[in-house]
Amino acid sequence: MSSSVISVISRFLEEYNSSTSTKLKVVDAYLLYILLTGALQFLYCLLVGTFPFNSFLSGFISCVGSFILAVCLRIQINPQNKAEFLSTSPERAFADFLFAHTVLHLVAINFVG
Amino acid sequence: MHTAHVFKEGVLDIFFSGTPAGWQSLLSFTILFLAWLAGFSSRLFAVIRFESIIHEFDPWFNYRSTHHLSTNGFYEFLNWFDERAWYPLGRIVGGTVYPGLMVTAGLIHYLLNLLNVTVHIRDVCVFLAPIFSGLTAISTFLLTRELWNQGAGLLAACFIAIVPGYISRSVAGSFDNEGIAIFALQFTYYLWVKSVKTGSVFWTIGCCLSYFYMVSAWGGYVFIINLIPLHVFVLLLMQRYSRRLYIAYSTFYIVGLVLSMQIPFVGFQPIRTSEHMAAAGVFALLQAYAFLQYLKDRLTKQEFQTLFFLGVSLAAGVVFLTVIYLTYTGETPNLPDSVCFRYAKIHIPIIASVSEHQPTTWVSFFFDLHILVCTFPAGLWFCIKNINDERVFVALYAISAVYFAGVMVRLMLTLTPVVCMLSAIAFSSVFEHYLGDDMKRENPPAEDSKEGLGPNIKSIVTMLMLMLLMMFAVHCTWVTSNAYSSPSVVLASYNHDGSRNILDDFREAYYWLRQNTDEHARVMSWWDYGYQIAGMANRTTLVDNNTWNNSHIALVGKAMSSNESAAYEIMKSLDVDYVLIIFGGVIGYSGDDINKFLWMVRIAEGEHPKDIRESDYFTPQGEFRVDKAGSPTLLNCLMYKMSYYRFGEMQVTLDFRTPPGFDRTRNAEIGNKDIRLKHLEEAFTSEHWLVRIYRVKKQENRQALDHKLRNVAAKQKYTSKKVCIA
Repeated sequence: MSSSVISVISRFLEEYNSSTSTKLKVVDAYLLYILLTGALQFLYCLLVGTFPFNSFLSGFISCVGSFILAVCLRIQINPQNKAEFLSTSPERAFADFLFAHTVLHLVAINFVG
Repeated sequence: MHTAHVFKEGVLDIFFSGTPAGWQSLLSFTILFLAWLAGFSSRLFAVIRFESIIHEFDPWFNYRSTHHLSTNGFYEFLNWFDERAWYPLGRIVGGTVYPGLMVTAGLIHYLLNLLNVTVHIRDVCVFLAPIFSGLTAISTFLLTRELWNQGAGLLAACFIAIVPGYISRSVAGSFDNEGIAIFALQFTYYLWVKSVKTGSVFWTIGCCLSYFYMVSAWGGYVFIINLIPLHVFVLLLMQRYSRRLYIAYSTFYIVGLVLSMQIPFVGFQPIRTSEHMAAAGVFALLQAYAFLQYLKDRLTKQEFQTLFFLGVSLAAGVVFLTVIYLTYTGETPNLPDSVCFRYAKIHIPIIASVSEHQPTTWVSFFFDLHILVCTFPAGLWFCIKNINDERVFVALYAISAVYFAGVMVRLMLTLTPVVCMLSAIAFSSVFEHYLGDDMKRENPPAEDSKEGLGPNIKSIVTMLMLMLLMMFAVHCTWVTSNAYSSPSVVLASYNHDGSRNILDDFREAYYWLRQNTDEHARVMSWWDYGYQIAGMANRTTLVDNNTWNNSHIALVGKAMSSNESAAYEIMKSLDVDYVLIIFGGVIGYSGDDINKFLWMVRIAEGEHPKDIRESDYFTPQGEFRVDKAGSPTLLNCLMYKMSYYRFGEMQVTLDFRTPPGFDRTRNAEIGNKDIRLKHLEEAFTSEHWLVRIYRVKKQENRQALDHKLRNVAAKQKYTSKKVCIA
């Protein structure tokens, strides 16, 4: 059972390496980085406690938000999904990404207290 | 002659040379403008008949807060602690109010004054709701256009501009949250539908910002944050998952979450209370579903199955650990809390006593919506027949709104927009079918075929529909004029010859208070009038319409229900200077304090069951009577005495067969005519005895003792038996 899981995962990684373009791999690396940052923040909160709660929430939600927005960007610039996003060019997707991040971080700065 | 004819043709050509699309947009603009104008004017009845004044009770508090905002600035407003309400407790206004309404009015006032258009803040507040009704019409147009087509959108805009269900809470003078909240609701839903259709992050962020405005405006934002996840969940169930949906909902949830927590009143509720858990649950579900879709695209079926099994067991483990952690730290979201609101309604007297919380009758549905309530199921059927992602949304909106409107009269307001939209869809489909030339359609029926409708039936149906719409317009205007345009601060009655008799007792009394009492005087009254006293008389009150502290209200209720001496003790402990009551016996006003008295007793009994018993105030036969046969506890309580003081001598009607002291509201001659007050004295009674104000007398100085009694017997000298050790 476990060997099949490992073989599945290794096959998946191989296929991932070969079939995804560099552009998407960069976005995926960024996603991994955000994930690790968020996990670190959560771990810190578990260890040290939740005071001040609004600061923790602000940082954590900012991480989750950045992750989600990067996933949305990845979906929109993936050439395999072009049929679904005819009117959204990759440049427009990136511009939306920047706009969303501005709003997200302005609110996060206001919330961090 | 020939040249003149050519010239005329040329001029006409210039006028009518536009493209059909151009005419369409001009027509749309004109119709929307007229809808705005109609909505605005329809709400002005009260202002024209009386004056530009804030109505009802709650708007007075909103007006007072907006006034505080405009004079002292935004940060002062956000950090305002009001010590002139709920004496001696005070109220943290900044943290217990939805600031959207005040900030909107304050901002408009600031901008206008910046342009040197000197408008008073009261006028901005009075006319804010009619102006926003026009904006609501426009956002309803946009939403319906996304759902169906432009014709339906225009119909929907016209419907919502004049429909009584919405007008009831947004007349000029009704300065309340719903006035701007319905606009924010419709606009948020429009942006949500747009973002699901396009899958663009830009529209989703717009939706989040509009959601933020809605959260700041009204507590009803919970409806949005539950309807949108429900929509996503139902789409998942219907196998309509798409990447656009994932982008729209994930971005909306996260950015909307952090935006909604910026309002101090909302605070951390979005991640703690059960009303918000549905949104979080659907968010997690959507992430899992999207990730699984991604893997499914990449792996074969068997590989996918092994990974799926592993994933599910991991997820179950994580959920199990989280539940253990949450129960250990005691932070479980309280699911029964919100579900039990219906049961709380029966058991907590304050919630049950509010008239707006009663269940809705069939009459209200027809009264508020007229033919729209009959045609909106047809629109719902059309939407379901031609289903797509956004029509699922409107179907869910309709079903949930109908349920809530059936529970509480107040929630008829959330039903009104969706009824307008669906009826517009129904009417639009009918008109499309029966109006217009069959030949100009996309697939015209062949010549001589039996398909296609005869011109007779087409014109009959069209005529009938137009008649229905005209009756709707007449009904709406009549309802607005008669039922929803009363300021309730000023009462008007009409004599036999049609002339108007204005009863301005409330304002007379509040202004007397304002001008003849000390600035720091404290006024005790029942909680209904708290906001008006604070707004118009500018005096400190004990309890007001916010009703956040049940025991404080119960104390006031106990004071009103007890006899004079016991009440005096309570009034002394609360530093009361004046007591204000409403008495309708002289003119037959049925909303006075004696009619509300049993609620005071019930609320007091809830907190002080040993001192106050409701059954004491009824006759042995179980009737509530104010005449001689009334119960002695009732005839001696403070409220009775204050209401009927000096009333026994008054000849109420011109007809001398009715005895003096005849209460026109209860239709009974009062029992106790010779009332003497020991600890209170009458300070003011308004012209028609509607408002009566009493001053609480200070404690008397102790009586001077007779000389003989002042002699103190000589005490025995006390010698200590202790030995002094030097």
